[in-house]
Amino acid sequence: MAGTQTAYSRKDHERAERLRYFGDVALVIVGIVVVWQILHMLAGDVAISSPLATAIRAGELLGSASFWPHAAETAKALVYALIIALLIGIGVGTWLGAHKLSGAVAEPILVALYSLPKITLYPLILLVFGLGIEAKIAFGAIHGVIPVTIFTMNAVKNINRVFLRSARVMKLTAMQTATRILLPATMPEIVSGLRVGFSLTLLGVVIGELFSSHRGMGFLVMRAIGLHDVSTMMAVTLILAVAAVAISSILLYIDNRLHRRV
Amino acid sequence: MSHEVHARLEGVTRVYPAVAGNPPVHALGPIDLDLRKGEFFSIVGPSGCGKSTCMDVLAGLAAPTEGNVWFEDKRVHGNVPDGIGAVFQEDASFPWLTVEDNAAFGLRRAGVDAAEIRRRVDYALGFVGLKDFAKAYPAQLSGGMRQRVCIARTLVLQPRLILLDEPFGALDAQTRLLMGDELLKLWRETGATVLLITHALDEAAMLSDRIGAMSARPGRFLETVETGWSRDRDSRMLEGETFGHITGRLWQMLRSESQRAMGHEGGVS
Amino acid sequence: MNRLTLIRLGVIVAFFGLLEILCRTGVISPFTMIPPSEMAIELWALIVSGEVARGMRQTLGNVAVACILAITVGFAVGAGVHALPRLRRALDPFLTTYYAVPFFVFYPLLVFIFGMNNFPMIMIGFLFAVVAMIINTLNGLDKIPRVYRKVARMHHMGRAKTALLIELPYAIPNLFTGVKLAVAYSFIGVIAAEFILAPGGLGYAISFAYDNFDNETMYALMLFILVLVTIINMSLHAYEQRLLRRQGR
Repeated sequence: MAGTQTAYSRKDHERAERLRYFGDVALVIVGIVVVWQILHMLAGDVAISSPLATAIRAGELLGSASFWPHAAETAKALVYALIIALLIGIGVGTWLGAHKLSGAVAEPILVALYSLPKITLYPLILLVFGLGIEAKIAFGAIHGVIPVTIFTMNAVKNINRVFLRSARVMKLTAMQTATRILLPATMPEIVSGLRVGFSLTLLGVVIGELFSSHRGMGFLVMRAIGLHDVSTMMAVTLILAVAAVAISSILLYIDNRLHRRV
Repeated sequence: MSHEVHARLEGVTRVYPAVAGNPPVHALGPIDLDLRKGEFFSIVGPSGCGKSTCMDVLAGLAAPTEGNVWFEDKRVHGNVPDGIGAVFQEDASFPWLTVEDNAAFGLRRAGVDAAEIRRRVDYALGFVGLKDFAKAYPAQLSGGMRQRVCIARTLVLQPRLILLDEPFGALDAQTRLLMGDELLKLWRETGATVLLITHALDEAAMLSDRIGAMSARPGRFLETVETGWSRDRDSRMLEGETFGHITGRLWQMLRSESQRAMGHEGGVS
Repeated sequence: MNRLTLIRLGVIVAFFGLLEILCRTGVISPFTMIPPSEMAIELWALIVSGEVARGMRQTLGNVAVACILAITVGFAVGAGVHALPRLRRALDPFLTTYYAVPFFVFYPLLVFIFGMNNFPMIMIGFLFAVVAMIINTLNGLDKIPRVYRKVARMHHMGRAKTALLIELPYAIPNLFTGVKLAVAYSFIGVIAAEFILAPGGLGYAISFAYDNFDNETMYALMLFILVLVTIINMSLHAYEQRLLRRQGR
């Protein structure tokens, strides 16, 4: 076998590297908490609560009965918005990817829509859907649908033609081609689109809750501000941030696994 | 071609340190090499045997883990000495500059005056046949032409030792042979010492005064073959018998090395 | 103008035409939306009266500051982190999940701390845009082929000269992608902030009009923002394409 075997095996090196990596990440987290604490000491309790106070308040909230209906409201809006964004995004994206002309026409339009401050459309959404959860769902969905569409379109467009030719040579049916070849081939890009779509959808839902809502995590934040309840405001924000990062990390993990496989 | 030593590798090894989960890699050596002044020397060997590493060490781009490197009687360690030029395998033309600005790049850095720059750039571009493309951008040229831009960029600095790492790798076989003729022309006109790294045995056999055959990784010299060609040679030597002998000799040495590099143990018939 | 652009124009015209018809025939109630033609007329009236100019100055001023800050700081941080691979690996998970955090929730906090002036808005625009610039700077610097550093050393160039004369010119088209995103995100950040809580600006004007049931003003301003941002983004995009094409990628 070419190459030299040294005293360390490859496995040992990988393990050492991974430990060092997690150590570094932990260090960054500690750094963030330290900066937070310093800002708290500079600005005082009236502006920023300390990391400890925030964590305690977050714990209280998670344990209190009045918190969870709000969390559920946000989660519900998020899930519905995501499902809509996915269905429309994957559907439209597949069509645009397969139908060359439509894809070419649509692409700059999609890119332009992506960079639009969609919050500009918020009043329109409110007028159409009213002040309830439907408005939040719609707002979240319009944020998420664009990246899912763009990524799906690119995934379908870029399917290696060799795959399709191989499928014909192997005499696969349309169904088999779709499930055995097209789906696995496009999955990594679609998951990437989903990851971006998730973040943006959550953003849309939460912004929607920040004003004109009487339920949800965003509403809790606004109410806490109105009551000058800094620790609650920061605690809810912290819970939101941690949940968002956790879900996004899971999606990222799946995204990476899929891409490495391909 | 004198036998005065221009550059020397003495007991050189190169081990790439462990990084990002990979163990250290013993890429090269120990090797000894004496480059005679004005000669055309080729190194051939299977992929991954360390030929490019050898060139990096000689140029001063990489420091040897063990051993010494000498150029014109001065030690080389980690810094690129004056008088050495290199053309690499990958396209290194600067896409944001025109062909002539590419060629002039090194001279402008060295503060050479404008008239001299003009003179040398014109000569170099004429030599590599890109005079008509002086104002074009590399993106508008073919791969072979971009390599010629890199050669021109090296030429203008009038190097005394020219290192080339598989410069014709991306070209088809016939173009390679013609480019080989161009390279010989370059060698004769500049009087420089040339070190060519290649995996193509026929190319090495045709172009060189001497050929070093390198083993699979970690690369070590198996043998140095003298071709005995006259200085006036070109690709038409392919027609002669001696050419076949030389190429055959090289393959005899390298066949089992190539198999080892590919992952079989030697001795497979 | 090529065929694709014509089709695109056709699609857009058809879309607005459909909206116009639906509004005029009452399928879409005038309480929900006014016809696009009326939006345009009202917008013209607002421009003439100078109302738009005032709001625009406020918004664009904040966007410009946020954007320039995001580009310079983003590039500096990106270049710095790129030079320290270990730091980069540690920061990677934070950079990739940054946009998962809906940190518009921080905006009310910022207003609370700094007061209702331009500073919180610029901060939000900056926070939203800077990480996109950092990520794109890292990607752009990644793409620089290693052979260029070898060429630099053959020419006896030190680290600084290599960065300025070779790496930067090579990376500029890719860095421009970051600039493009930074501009777009600065707009999104500032306008969103103006909606939530602001002393003025275009976003505030829309929110004010909404609260007062003033559909004409509201839609006129919405149309204006959409057209303005689209033009800016499209121009940047076109320039980016030109840069990439010149370098053949």
